[in-house]
Amino acid sequence: MLTFIGLGLCDEKDVSLRGLEAIRSADNVYLECYTSLFTGTSIKKLEKLYGKKVHLLEREDVETNNWWLKDAIDQSIVFLTGGDAMVSTTHIDLRLRAKKLGIGTQIIHGASIISAVCGLSGLQNYRFGKSATIPHPYTRKEKIIRSHTPYDTIKINQKNNLHTLIFLDIDKNIGCMSIKEGIELLLQVEEEIGGEAISNCIGVGIARAGSFAPVVKADYLENLKHTDFGDPLHILCIPANLHFIEAEALIAFADAPGNILNHHKDSLCQDSVSENHAH
Amino acid sequence: MGRRKKMVERVQTLMDKPKFIRNIGIVAHIDHGKTTLSDNLLAGAGMISKELAGTQLFMDYDEEEQQRGITINAANVSMVHTFEEKEYLINLIDTPGHVDFGGDVTRAMRAVDGALVVVDAVEGTMPQTETVLRQALRENVKPVLFINKVDRLINELKVDSQEMQVRLGKVIDHVNKLIKGMRPEKYKEWRMDAANGTVAFGSALYNWAVSVPFMTRTKIGFNEVYEYCKNEDMKSLAQKCPLHEVVNDMIIRFMPNPLEAQKERIKVIWRGDPESKIGKSMINVDPSGDVALMVTKILTDPHAGEISAGRLFSGTLRRGAELYISGTAVKDRLQQVGIYMGPDRIEVEQIPAGNIVAVSGLKNAIVGTTATTLQDMVPFEGITHASEPVVTVSVEAKHMKDLPKLVEVLRQVAKEDPTLKVSINEETGEHLMAGMGELHLEVVGHRIERDKNVEIITSTPLVVYRETIQGTAGPVEGKSPNRHNRFYVEVEPMKPEVVELIKSGSISMKMSEIDRRNLLLKEGMTKDEAKGVTHIFESNMYIDMTKGVQYLRETMELILEGFEEVMKEGPLSREPCQGVKVKLVDVKLHEDAVHRGPAQVIPASRQAIQAATLMANPTLLEPYQKVFIQVPQEQMGGATREIQGRRGMILNMETEGDTIILEAKAPVAELFGFAGDLRSATEGRAMWSTEFAGFEPIPANMLKEVVKGIRQRKGLKLEPPKSSDFMSR
Repeated sequence: MLTFIGLGLCDEKDVSLRGLEAIRSADNVYLECYTSLFTGTSIKKLEKLYGKKVHLLEREDVETNNWWLKDAIDQSIVFLTGGDAMVSTTHIDLRLRAKKLGIGTQIIHGASIISAVCGLSGLQNYRFGKSATIPHPYTRKEKIIRSHTPYDTIKINQKNNLHTLIFLDIDKNIGCMSIKEGIELLLQVEEEIGGEAISNCIGVGIARAGSFAPVVKADYLENLKHTDFGDPLHILCIPANLHFIEAEALIAFADAPGNILNHHKDSLCQDSVSENHAH
Repeated sequence: MGRRKKMVERVQTLMDKPKFIRNIGIVAHIDHGKTTLSDNLLAGAGMISKELAGTQLFMDYDEEEQQRGITINAANVSMVHTFEEKEYLINLIDTPGHVDFGGDVTRAMRAVDGALVVVDAVEGTMPQTETVLRQALRENVKPVLFINKVDRLINELKVDSQEMQVRLGKVIDHVNKLIKGMRPEKYKEWRMDAANGTVAFGSALYNWAVSVPFMTRTKIGFNEVYEYCKNEDMKSLAQKCPLHEVVNDMIIRFMPNPLEAQKERIKVIWRGDPESKIGKSMINVDPSGDVALMVTKILTDPHAGEISAGRLFSGTLRRGAELYISGTAVKDRLQQVGIYMGPDRIEVEQIPAGNIVAVSGLKNAIVGTTATTLQDMVPFEGITHASEPVVTVSVEAKHMKDLPKLVEVLRQVAKEDPTLKVSINEETGEHLMAGMGELHLEVVGHRIERDKNVEIITSTPLVVYRETIQGTAGPVEGKSPNRHNRFYVEVEPMKPEVVELIKSGSISMKMSEIDRRNLLLKEGMTKDEAKGVTHIFESNMYIDMTKGVQYLRETMELILEGFEEVMKEGPLSREPCQGVKVKLVDVKLHEDAVHRGPAQVIPASRQAIQAATLMANPTLLEPYQKVFIQVPQEQMGGATREIQGRRGMILNMETEGDTIILEAKAPVAELFGFAGDLRSATEGRAMWSTEFAGFEPIPANMLKEVVKGIRQRKGLKLEPPKSSDFMSR
């Protein structure tokens, strides 16, 4: 049996009671730490709580050479991830491969960043469109290549009046992308393609969601990029038009500029705001 | 020094009068006397002492060159000559004749407008004459002819005056036949004709020459020449018929000046719009126009550092000017501006269009670079080489402490000599140099030790193979490690004609898409394929056959990275690939960009191509050389045995008197040590030369062994991988 267990967002104590029991009774415990990072805890603390050894898995061990998987045929193996196991990862592939090997699987959920964003910002879960990750740009032949996908996703969502949740790349070598870097990359892409979808938009930045000291701040992107959010992990949200309750929540809990309440029925982009005045 | 200084002043006054400038190169088969000729021309112009010329080898200023007695680097020099009471500036480039240095010839031809072709009167046109002549004509460089060593006909072969003229006529006919074959449309204009003066005869070593117009003027005809030579009084002949006068007169009369030349040549070497501002400026050799400089040579000066030499087609170069370097986003600042006089570079304030220049400060330039004041100038056509690297040696630093320096030095020599390919492996410290032949690499090795002061150990030379495919395969699936991205590729062999067009630079990614598509359609490629050509790497092609796949654009560079990796190191033996056409027929990508980054896409793209290549009947190609051997009849048996014992093939055999001229072809792999073996097989009486003859498949029964040998050498598992090794379960 292979059990996927989401460890939640903050520290070792975020795991569900059912998850903890599964870990304690498992033959082997594996932790994947490349799709998310644990900032509030350490392997040692996990091991102490579980009372057993936790084996760390690199990307290679999960994707290319999963030597540990076949043990699950006749043993009880738990596979731990940050957040919730199947959100913003590619682990469904692992579950498919396990099934092919005849291994039974189950999932024990943990708190996810997706629900944490809704909770911390007040943005309503029903109003989110596709989400996207901003990857670190790469350089080839002296050309810097930035993915346009996150930008395009925002545009598509805006068209449908939906919020966009933007994950920021976690790279073992390059590091965790900050909200500032993420916004700058989006603006660079906008400049590359000569668009104007986001330059005057509101963004909501959230740092260390789920921890005891999260930072939540909403502002126009130009200002938001100068906000100091502190340590990782960061996440960014580009809201569409706000429901008045959403606007109120952003002002109350995310220190958003007061004028967003007046224009909540229309786009948050300043251009449209001024157009609205003209009407 | 006084004389030299005066020369510089005269050169400077002529630099901005293009009508009075000739930019020429001297080309010839090895040992036909180019360098001696250049020296005596210089001596005649008062650049070096007359007594020394001929033995001083002023142009062969590299120590290595003097020791070997051959010219390795094309050296530049400027000199002044008076013709019909007017002074002219002749910018001269001496070029090597040995096949291993053919790249230098090609590059030098880009800088000049005329070629002085030197042919030995006794040996006649040789294979290398043909090669260098072809290189000149391809660059639209007009030829004139100097038949050298005429005294040898008289004093060694003991022919009479009549026979001498017949033989000289034969040489001219031969050269004309070559011109006619290479540029039929230019033949009428470029034909060598002794009567009108486009041919001179003489002896570079003994410093005399004659031409028909000169004979008419001085009344010294062939009979007189014959007598002087026979009586061994060539000194008098040299006084009456000085070499430099006859040859330089011929150059000035028949070689085009930059104004005439650039009108014609810009079209051949530049693809931009001739009606544009820069186009017009180049055609008119406008010194006030934008700067357009083509770098044809990079050399290292112990004081000034890196020197870029080349031809200034437009504008004026001044110290401190900032120039854009084609292919990079940077601007370099000119530090010194100068001209070459033999080994010395002489600084001047400014140099106007139409000259051959030597400047420092262009840090980012490589050979072939266009340096210009215009940010968006269409660069000059790439310089195409007649040969490609076929032999490789590994280079290691003798002393551990030199390790970092060696890397730097290797990068430097690669920059100076683009026919040299250097691959650096910082992990193992074992670096590879691939060149055009055994000698080429030996010379580079010596230069590293002598000029750069790094002692090195080089391995015995090895042949560079190419991997290719003989069949088709696919679609083959490549999965990313996270299995959320899939790439489906097909591979097939590229038509040899297309491979040739790519190698010659006629088809490239730099040309406009429409031109490329039309050329490919003409070669029988389907419209869909021709439209989908996304990348050309070495002589391999990547074609995107998919339509409207979302996110493919931002992923393509990573896909191509995987493609390049395989083309650099094929799956069979990690030798470079040639003539492989890869078609991307379908792609499935993950929605989110972070799950299709470099770590996911590059291996997926690579493995699909590796697997497909292995399924498409892969084989190795090995380089061949043409071997030309001149040997007395009685030693012919020994020579043919040497060829046949090396998997060689005799292509042609001609008898000239008691000499046999053999034309043969043999794999480079079998030719190591050929020089010594041929010498002992023919009692040292054979003369020979080689020429690159392309790649051909190795015999099927040898494939397994050769692959094994390469893999062993590279420390790989002896068995080559199977296609299944690259396909994920």
